[in-house]
Amino acid sequence: MADLEQFRTEIRGWLEANCPPEMRQPVEDEGDVYWGGRNAKFKNDAQKAWFEACRDKGYTVPMWPKAYGGAGLSPAEAKVLREEMARINARPPLSSFGIWMLGPALLHFGTEGQKQRFLNEIARGEIRWCQGYSEPGSGSDLVSMQTFGEDKGDHWIVNGQKIWTSYADEADWIFCLVRTDKENKYQGITFMLFDMAGDGVSTKPIKLISGNSPFCETFMDDVKVPKSYGEDIPAYVGEINRGWDVAKYLLGHEREMISATGGGDRASSLGAVTSRKGTLDPVLRAEMALFDVDALSFTAMSEKFLDEVKVGKGHPAQPNMLKYAGTELNKRRHELLMAAGGSQALEWESDETENGKPARSWLRTKANSIEGGTSEVMLNVIAKRILELPGA
Amino acid sequence: MPLYYDDDQAMLADSASDFIREEGAIAKQLRHWRDRDCKDGFGHGLWEQFGEMGFTGILLPEEDGGLGMGQVEANIVLEEIGANLTPSPFLSSSVLAATALKHGSNDTRGRWLPDLVAGKNVYAVAIDEGRKHRPETIACKAEKSGNGFKLSGKKDFVVYGASAEMIVVAARTSGSDSDADGITLFAVPQDASGMSHDSVRLVDSSMASHITFDGVELDGDAAIGEVDGGRDILNAVLRAGRVGAAAEGVGVARGAMDMTVDYLKQRKQFGQLIGSFQALQHRAAHLYSEVEIARAVTIKAAQLLDAGSEKADLMASVAKAKVAKAAGLAVKEGVQMHGGIGMTDEYDIGLYMKRDRALQEFLGDMYYHAGRVADLSGY
Repeated sequence: MADLEQFRTEIRGWLEANCPPEMRQPVEDEGDVYWGGRNAKFKNDAQKAWFEACRDKGYTVPMWPKAYGGAGLSPAEAKVLREEMARINARPPLSSFGIWMLGPALLHFGTEGQKQRFLNEIARGEIRWCQGYSEPGSGSDLVSMQTFGEDKGDHWIVNGQKIWTSYADEADWIFCLVRTDKENKYQGITFMLFDMAGDGVSTKPIKLISGNSPFCETFMDDVKVPKSYGEDIPAYVGEINRGWDVAKYLLGHEREMISATGGGDRASSLGAVTSRKGTLDPVLRAEMALFDVDALSFTAMSEKFLDEVKVGKGHPAQPNMLKYAGTELNKRRHELLMAAGGSQALEWESDETENGKPARSWLRTKANSIEGGTSEVMLNVIAKRILELPGA
Repeated sequence: MPLYYDDDQAMLADSASDFIREEGAIAKQLRHWRDRDCKDGFGHGLWEQFGEMGFTGILLPEEDGGLGMGQVEANIVLEEIGANLTPSPFLSSSVLAATALKHGSNDTRGRWLPDLVAGKNVYAVAIDEGRKHRPETIACKAEKSGNGFKLSGKKDFVVYGASAEMIVVAARTSGSDSDADGITLFAVPQDASGMSHDSVRLVDSSMASHITFDGVELDGDAAIGEVDGGRDILNAVLRAGRVGAAAEGVGVARGAMDMTVDYLKQRKQFGQLIGSFQALQHRAAHLYSEVEIARAVTIKAAQLLDAGSEKADLMASVAKAKVAKAAGLAVKEGVQMHGGIGMTDEYDIGLYMKRDRALQEFLGDMYYHAGRVADLSGY
């Protein structure tokens, strides 16, 4: 414990010296998030300085080993870093699907060569990744996906279409589920990695009800994917035809991640925040109070879940419950924010709302309970794996 | 502090669970006493066993003969009481009254605590006046009289009041009805003259009294803590009682849910187990989520209370309100998913619904506590 306290003192000093004041503000919009990648641009010098300071210490991915660009922190040390960053409202220095998704998959399933190359690129913000899972005909029933890679000896020729690929139009590489055996549903999928700058890959942003386009359609038209990028660097994670294992592992990870952030900013009471702008109608106040009860309770649940994960307690399917409850809560939160905001919250194009922030955020939350497994799929999983109710 | 039981707490949970499942089972206690029209509404034999286990003094310091444990440990016992619908004076005596008595003088503690710890005496707490929980207003009056006090007024919903050897009464010693200050807690013995009980059986077969105090003469040393300084003690009693009631509610929810999920795995209609129907699976899964969350926030509130955190008061209300929601859902879904058999007295699921109803009301329902969350949060 004494060591941890010393570590805390060190971190505090380091943050004081290295985190610019501009980076100690809440993230307001997309531009405030640095995603890295070949074409990345910094919004300002402070963002650049903060990112580079963290990158050089391995703090973009604090728990990854030093050899792969991380800081090699223990879970307890990483918690101290998180707490100290939260204390000064420090923004994350780098956000990416490489950190959240591909990284954990490689740490679990990757070869040493893959880890050396791809994890370092991710940690240093050099390559921006996107995720190619869903297809137009394969949403909740993901395993029915059809994108096909024809085996040509030392390479595949990939054809097909992915959908809901987040920021595919800005990504450099894609980790993509590709069918490599049409006869074998679950054991016929390969988790491939390839460069999107190659011939035959094209993307088209999808305009959402929020007016924003965070997701794309991604088309693969005779894309040549080599089976290897060098010694001990296969172009696929895990084994050929066993990509579903990797995908399932990552889905669990994704649900955990979504559930950890699902309830949004729960530190402050929604009723307290919204009532500052004017008195709440009595029934709305009552709804706010009931929401705050649920939100504060969910915060305790998240805390309990994270505490239990650290010591290997808790049911392995528990993230599904957190994902379900957290995302439903966040949708409710934004319904109440819209109600409290009145006609101002309706303004789509105005300075006062910074071009419709409340409405766009409200609409965005509707995807919370769809992406990463719908609420209905989560309930199916809880019913079967936790309650062990009989299969239909 | 991590939000799960440490090794000692896990051991306590195991032994409390085994003991109460065995000795506090529905057939052995709730139905047994109810069907004999027992005027106490609980079994004294089990209360003595609680004494042998040390549960009766769980919150009391060792110098008072207790186990010197905290709210988390008391809640462990209460969750098992809830899951087994065990009629017990534990919450009233060992949580509410014990929390009040901890603030008493050496004489007060010496007079009342040994018989509580031994499982010999049962104590009650008289707070409510009127049909809803409004502890902010206390009209029951204790006027100075000689070296002591003269107590007059009415109290309602005094759980197990008629069986109690002593009743902790919150009374006004100065100021007007809704003043925060000017409250004093008194330990009123069962045989105090001028005190009359109207004892009523409630929907869950427990007993509660309307008590009238008609110029009850009390010694000066009947006061627990400072005269006029009882609001802080009362608040401590309420916090412990609310978090405790939340834990019992978690147990009720868990018991009802387990029973219902088991039923879904046994009952067949249309040639299949009804648990295979997605319409029921989703509702059961939603219920599971709510009960898990209610349990998490109840443990959180108990830990905060034990740590003396300033957030404990808010989180006690959050926990009480959340458990009310979750347990209410558990018993309603329980009866509905059992179908016709759920409406029969023979089947236990209806007993869960009745107990939940009484527990919801005790020390403030969901509406009271959600309102309190808004008040404490400043809106």
